Amino acid sequence: MLAGMTTNVVFGLLRVAVLVAALKAADGEIADYDVAAANTYVWIGQGLLGFVLLWGTNELAERVRSGDVVVDLYRPWNLQGALLAEDVGRSGYAFLTRLAPPMVFGMVLFPFQFPQNAFQWPLFALSALIALVISFGFRFLIDLSSFWLLDNRGLYGFWNISSGLLCGLTVPISFFPEWAREVLWLTPFPAILQAPIDVFLGHGDPAKILALQAFWAVVIIAIGHFTLNRAVRKVVLQGG
Amino acid sequence: MIEVRELRREFKVATSKGLRRNYKTVTAVDGVTFDVQAGEAVGYVGPNGAGKSTTIKMLTGILVPSSGHIRVHGVDPSRQRRDLAKRIGVVFGQRSQLWWDLPLKDSFDLLRSIYRVSAQDYRTRLDECVELLGLQELLVTPVRQLSLGQRMRGEITAALLHAPELLVLDEPTIGLDLESKERLREFLADLNARRGTTLLLTTHDLDDIERLCPRLMVIDRGRVLADGPLDDLRAEVTPERELVIDLREPGPAPDVPGVTAVRSEANGLRHHLTFRRAETTAAQLITQVVRQVEVHDLAVVEPEIDDVIRKLYQRQLDQPVTR
Repeated sequence: MLAGMTTNVVFGLLRVAVLVAALKAADGEIADYDVAAANTYVWIGQGLLGFVLLWGTNELAERVRSGDVVVDLYRPWNLQGALLAEDVGRSGYAFLTRLAPPMVFGMVLFPFQFPQNAFQWPLFALSALIALVISFGFRFLIDLSSFWLLDNRGLYGFWNISSGLLCGLTVPISFFPEWAREVLWLTPFPAILQAPIDVFLGHGDPAKILALQAFWAVVIIAIGHFTLNRAVRKVVLQGG
Repeated sequence: MIEVRELRREFKVATSKGLRRNYKTVTAVDGVTFDVQAGEAVGYVGPNGAGKSTTIKMLTGILVPSSGHIRVHGVDPSRQRRDLAKRIGVVFGQRSQLWWDLPLKDSFDLLRSIYRVSAQDYRTRLDECVELLGLQELLVTPVRQLSLGQRMRGEITAALLHAPELLVLDEPTIGLDLESKERLREFLADLNARRGTTLLLTTHDLDDIERLCPRLMVIDRGRVLADGPLDDLRAEVTPERELVIDLREPGPAPDVPGVTAVRSEANGLRHHLTFRRAETTAAQLITQVVRQVEVHDLAVVEPEIDDVIRKLYQRQLDQPVTR
């Protein structure tokens, strides 16, 4: 836990340094980011990626690979719901250990852009929670691919590499050229990280952002539900 | 309780040759038919790859049959998997349904919520299992620190918390030492006798069958080779029994009508007389023997169950199945 926090903060420092240097080179402002907003963006992002479990564990895929997933399938539960519940439970803990520390760190030691309206705080919390559901939905789909691929580590690795860029972790999505920005906002990826950050920073209309997030959460959970049913009906379960 | 008719399951297996990929169809279960009544204890045996686990997966609903008909508790398993799961218990010798990092008790609490067992029922059932299986001290131990024998006792408890009427056990005693095996068997026999819980178990340890299952089903290459009481199978497959006599003084074997073969040991101190159970009884034979020689000790030996099974497999090989 301590090691995780340290890594998290060290990466935060690196990202702040790079981003602030870029801002200075661009006369203090890029798109809708000044130095304070950039700091806030980095520290919230560092916290969120642990909270929404952007890079998850691939645990279900491993269980599919070993065949242990039969035990999960024997239970009188909705597997997707059960795993989501597990993630939500974990996020409660992650809030204390992963989300709060880097945010407090950033607030205390760096120029920090606090929300202008008090209601942005609960909206941010709600947005982060929906982001968690979407992130779970994505990881669940990647995990389920192992029913067909037998070994999904390639796909999983691809997700680990690309998700940072697509979700707005590497640089804010508003830094992208206009066409890329438009394309990205048509995908569910920004809803996982950029959306809650935007709600916090007051970029864009929070109601619109939350509605978009809710839409993607429903879509991705529905696809997961459908895919799980297919996986269970169609696919070979490994091991005797 | 269980009704299976002409059950079949095929798998497509990829056979790669260079870059080309062909599929061939393998039939894992090939027209299996049987019934299990409530309260029975049935042993389901067969060599590796015979189709045992495939059958079990279909019975519990996680694998859809290619064709045929299954009802468990009157329910089609693959269509109503979740309803069925509440009414059956499943134990795997090679997998765990406990949470690896949690104490045993926490796993049980989680299962109570998953199966929605009332607090009172949960208490009674847990207390009973804890007592009978000697789990008191283990409840606070994380599962990863349990020995295999201890963990299996935990697994059985986990499968019984929702009081299933049918308990399916897939190689429950695999890897256990003799004492742990015996303890488990005793518990299961008691469960079957007292509670009337139906047991269906697969195993490679034929002592499990001898101890637990009045009825035996033998499967090989996806087909049922034999189904019936163990004693009947024995009589059918190995019609010969053996009378072992120890003499007071070394001497030649007594010459008794009905004996088909004689094997002597220890310089004529011990003789094995083989006889056919259809033609003569042990009692007749013993009467004859004691008339001729002075006997120190004697025993009637039934063929080992392993021999019975081996002969069954053998018979199957001698009569290749036409497909």
